[in-house]
Amino acid sequence: MKYYRTFKTALRGLRRNVLRAALTTLGIVIGVGAVIAMMEIGNGSSIAVQRTIASMGANNLMILPGTAASGGVSFGAGSVMTLTPQDADALAQNASAVGSVAPVVRARTQVVYGNRNWVPMAIYGTTPAYLQVRDWTTLAEGEAFTEREVRNASKVCLIGATLVRELFGGDSPVGKEIRIQNVAFTVIGVLERKGANMMGTDQDDVILAPWTTIKYRVTGASLANPNQSSTTTDPNAVNTLNQLYPVTQQSLYPVPSSAEQADTPQPVRFANVDQIIAAARSAPQIPAAIQQITTLLRERHHLRPGADDDFNIRDMTEITKAMTSTTELMTTLLLCVAMISLVVGGVGIMNIMLVSVTERTREIGLRMAVGAEPRDILRQFLLEAVVLCLLGGAVGILLGRSSAYLVTSLLHWPTAASVGAMITAVAVSASVGVVFGYYPAWKASRLDPIEALRYE
Amino acid sequence: MPLITLRDLYKTYHLGEVEVQVLRGISLDIAQGELVALMGASGSGKSTLMNILGCLDHPTTGEYWLEGRDVSGLSARERARVRKTTIGFVFQSFNLLARTTAVENVMMPLTYSADTLSTRDMQQRASALLQRVGLGDRLEHLPSQLSGGQQQRVAIARALVNRPRLLLADEPTGNLDSRTSEEILRMFQALNQAEGISIILVTHDSSVAQHARRIIQIHDGLVVEGAGPEAPLTTGSATPRGTA
Repeated sequence: MKYYRTFKTALRGLRRNVLRAALTTLGIVIGVGAVIAMMEIGNGSSIAVQRTIASMGANNLMILPGTAASGGVSFGAGSVMTLTPQDADALAQNASAVGSVAPVVRARTQVVYGNRNWVPMAIYGTTPAYLQVRDWTTLAEGEAFTEREVRNASKVCLIGATLVRELFGGDSPVGKEIRIQNVAFTVIGVLERKGANMMGTDQDDVILAPWTTIKYRVTGASLANPNQSSTTTDPNAVNTLNQLYPVTQQSLYPVPSSAEQADTPQPVRFANVDQIIAAARSAPQIPAAIQQITTLLRERHHLRPGADDDFNIRDMTEITKAMTSTTELMTTLLLCVAMISLVVGGVGIMNIMLVSVTERTREIGLRMAVGAEPRDILRQFLLEAVVLCLLGGAVGILLGRSSAYLVTSLLHWPTAASVGAMITAVAVSASVGVVFGYYPAWKASRLDPIEALRYE
Repeated sequence: MPLITLRDLYKTYHLGEVEVQVLRGISLDIAQGELVALMGASGSGKSTLMNILGCLDHPTTGEYWLEGRDVSGLSARERARVRKTTIGFVFQSFNLLARTTAVENVMMPLTYSADTLSTRDMQQRASALLQRVGLGDRLEHLPSQLSGGQQQRVAIARALVNRPRLLLADEPTGNLDSRTSEEILRMFQALNQAEGISIILVTHDSSVAQHARRIIQIHDGLVVEGAGPEAPLTTGSATPRGTA
């Protein structure tokens, strides 16, 4: 009741000089408005920057088969075949920190269209999820292949912008047929330009096709002969270069007889993939995703505790670091701007409250004469300052939101509403009121009623 | 029990090195229900005395008994409490809050004294008092819309809103013409007679002082005339409590 009364008195005090109260609050209004607008615009651009960095593959995790070693000689990553498409499915279903997962089968061979040919940097056999993992879901033309086409090993493919240039000279390739190692693929879509990656590799020099098609129709012999580059074509096919560069690989070891094979049974894997590519749901979830993938794959591969992993996981630490430091820098910068403008607003409040105390000295004297205790006066003036600041904060939020809206609609900058910024703005403006209103209020409460009444 | 008892009251101001003795041993008694005029030329110390009587200031030495309680040594906060329960003030320059209606002006002291009162009760009490001083039809008027006499009547209503036992009026007619002055002084007399409120009129004008039943003359910080209680009005013992 007492506070309500004091609140009403404070409000009445402010209402007696509306124009000045409004002008005083202007500092806080502009301060809070600027903070909100900056936060929203900053948030928006920060999200946009994050998305851009994420599209460079910051969230991506590469799962590669483990290393084979024989007599102390390591054959490098990927020299054993341990990953299966079922591993990819299991990861997609069971690892909560992983957003999307795609198996990848690689091939590197010549692609022919009409009288042109080209050896793309990469021919990836994969699933439609690959586009989600790489944040590449928008196509320049056509549409992506489906899970069903993966199951059917359909001869369809998506090609990158570089291939469009090299094979089609800029014509629309959709619906045309290209040959990959004498297998005819229908081009059903063109990937959007992505440009070079951080290492300078052209990411548009790529063909995406169902992994089943690549595996069983293009690199059918991959288990027997993993070196894809050396077996570009069937050695019996008509190609004059065959005579110059023999591509038939001589087997180093004698082919095992059926009896030998029966004596040394090998675990049968129906299909292997060269790697699995996964995307964590967000950058901070990358460690959790690695943890979950490790646990799940060890379980699926029946590895005993203590045994080495038969796979490797790589993340993009460098890019992730760049991303987090960019975001942090932006937030700190905005916070500094916010603080400065609010302090300036607060000084304005203090200034006007001091003027107000001087101007209302007689009123203070009168209030003291009729029985107001010093702390009543202190509370009243403090509350006036806080009310002023809170009103300013409220108007400032409206101003900030509407200017952010204007910026979005006129300049097409991305903005994102931030509830946290609003709560902070209100809290900060209230504390600005308390901090900068305290001194004038204290001064008012220390006035001598006799002198105050005599003040002209 | 007398309302006010002063014994050997001294007030000294320190202006740098110089000591100025404003009150030099004032002793006087005022009984409940008296209408007293405090007279003196400017510089005589009557304003200082009024400030001490109104508990706005404390004496350097001496005793001040208000309603049987020694208030000379109270802290600023305790004096504020005495003011809001016991004393009402009327000033020469009215001191109404600008841009605030008559009712709200009268209600203002209640903000500090009557926490338990609802806003409606406060409004009722304020408008009853305004009716009492003859401003029942000007409740919502702003001070700028009222004449000087009307403003002073609002101020009187404001002084009465806490139901004080003592009304201190500092040159209440100083800013008014003679006809309005007469009205205001009549109102003080009526309040004194009907309600039994003790009133002290501080003035330098002898025609104003004539309206009081007793005149206390102050000169150079000393009471020169009228220190004792007025014989016909005193009830009970004339000797103050606590003094021999």
